[in-house]
Amino acid sequence: MAAIHELGRHGEQLAVDYLRAAGLKILERNWCCSEGEIDILAREGPVLVVVEVKTRSGRSHGSAFEAVTTAKVARLRTLAARWLSGQSEWFSSIRIDVVALERFAGEFSIRHDRGVS
Amino acid sequence: MAVARTRCVALVGVSGHVVEVEADVGHGIAGVHLIGMLDTALSEARDRVRSAIINSRYPWPDARVTISLFPASLPKRGSLFDLAIAVAVIGAAGLVPKQRISPPFFLGELGLDGSVRPVRGVLPAVMAAVEAGAECVVVPMANAAEASLVPGVTVVPVRTLAELIEDLRSDDAAQLPTMSEADEPSSRTGPDAPEGRSLDLADVAGQAMARRALEVCAAGGHNLWMLGQPGTGKTMLAERLPTLLPPLDRDQALEVTAIHSVAGTLPPGRPLLEHPPFMAPHHTATIAAIVGGGSGVIRPGAVSLAHRGVLFLDEAPEFPARVLDSLRQPLESGQVTVARAAGTLTFPARFMLVLAANPCPCAQPSTPESPCQCTPHQRRRYLARLSGPLVDRIDVKVRLTRSTRRELLSDRQFIEPSAVVAERVSLARERTLKRLAGTPWRCNAEIPTGALHGEYRLCPSAMSPLYRCLDTGELSARGLDRIIRLSWTLADLIGKDRPDLAETNAALGLWLGAD
Repeated sequence: MAAIHELGRHGEQLAVDYLRAAGLKILERNWCCSEGEIDILAREGPVLVVVEVKTRSGRSHGSAFEAVTTAKVARLRTLAARWLSGQSEWFSSIRIDVVALERFAGEFSIRHDRGVS
Repeated sequence: MAVARTRCVALVGVSGHVVEVEADVGHGIAGVHLIGMLDTALSEARDRVRSAIINSRYPWPDARVTISLFPASLPKRGSLFDLAIAVAVIGAAGLVPKQRISPPFFLGELGLDGSVRPVRGVLPAVMAAVEAGAECVVVPMANAAEASLVPGVTVVPVRTLAELIEDLRSDDAAQLPTMSEADEPSSRTGPDAPEGRSLDLADVAGQAMARRALEVCAAGGHNLWMLGQPGTGKTMLAERLPTLLPPLDRDQALEVTAIHSVAGTLPPGRPLLEHPPFMAPHHTATIAAIVGGGSGVIRPGAVSLAHRGVLFLDEAPEFPARVLDSLRQPLESGQVTVARAAGTLTFPARFMLVLAANPCPCAQPSTPESPCQCTPHQRRRYLARLSGPLVDRIDVKVRLTRSTRRELLSDRQFIEPSAVVAERVSLARERTLKRLAGTPWRCNAEIPTGALHGEYRLCPSAMSPLYRCLDTGELSARGLDRIIRLSWTLADLIGKDRPDLAETNAALGLWLGAD
């Protein structure tokens, strides 16, 4: 597997650990449909949390956080609707979170932004 | 998360309006949002400011950045706001203390490398800032001399954004590095002459009448029309008119400099225009070029750039009639109003109009023996391009004829250099000022009709030749007023207290002149 995918998977694993520690219940990882992929689906109380994980190996191509654009968030919303249609669970609302990981000198920094709109 | 606020100035015409720049670094998808009625150049500020901050080795906040300029109702144009936006973002990101950036005004354009570049219109912007109570204004280094012309404000020149942030971050309460008193702009520029020191009235030989007319116009601020064949010295005379005018006083100089600052025509290294400007637009000029206008940002035209100076229209009949007639409003009111979809603006435009014209379209030399081939009809049509209402506003009309060799030689002994004539002009203007003390008018041409027939009424005997012409229809009421103003100037030139019959007769002659 290419290094870039390795980095992404590693980042996602770190994000899952981090979110669990933060008290979120992970429902599904890497859910795919014809329109795209949701990295992590989680539940926090009555809220469905759609998490986009971005991992970067440095700042040379901009920060990981700014790589999440308005278009990406809009796509995540439609994907969330697709996912919900196959579920029987009930949620009060949907929230989109970004977990941005950046690697500096072998260590990762984690930034978790709740409810980016 | 964090909001920081600072101030800048938006220019509308030649007046500035205070604009508050707010930056909010907060929650949401990373991005920059600029709001508050901006034009394209200003929307591009988001990219310039971002690059400038990053290249100054400061981090761009990795968050949603909202920048708001208000009052939002005021249209904002140009790149003047870059520095204020950058400082507000830096402040909102917590890199500099917020209380250090809220009182000063920040003006300037940013380069991608973080250099602070000069902008147009710094003088009127700083004047507006001072009016709004600013104590400290940060300007680009190249504009510092211009900004420091405004009294009562601390001017902080900056070269780069990094330098500025460094100064703002430093803990000591000491002020930002300011302009030292030593480089007071006027002392640095030294005595300057109007462009072309070499121009002198003594160069124009053989046109004693026209030189006299020029002197009268210079003394009273009157408009002049020179009609004559090619090569008789019309252009030479007009170009030498500024050498007869006294230098501008401090207030006038600031007014004129502000207009030229907005137009971006200030000569580098000489921030204050101390001499009356001389504008000579080509006859292909459009109305927008003459009275001001343009798409988007409305710029002052030639009439405003000639404010407190001379507007010279060479080959006046070649100008489109619409352009010439557009001069009527500024000639009458001393200001020009430009109406565009974006808004209506008023620029100051109190200038002396000098027109030069050939008597006929062929412009061939003609002697009594071999007159030119133009028919009388052609000649009349050619000069009729100058509309009656415009000609009516010209105080002095003079016809220049070709001088013979003998005339040229004999004129040599009467010819005077500009300095001598300027001395007389300045004495006459002093007398005028003394008489007009306590009024807003500075020269005879500015006295309004009401005062002309009240305080400055002439005795009936002096008025008699004028009334005769009025009765025959040769004079309009406006023409009458112009002749009375002219007579006051003639009286001032010879040191008389009031004009009498001799002056009104002479003034009538000058007014009817070229006919």
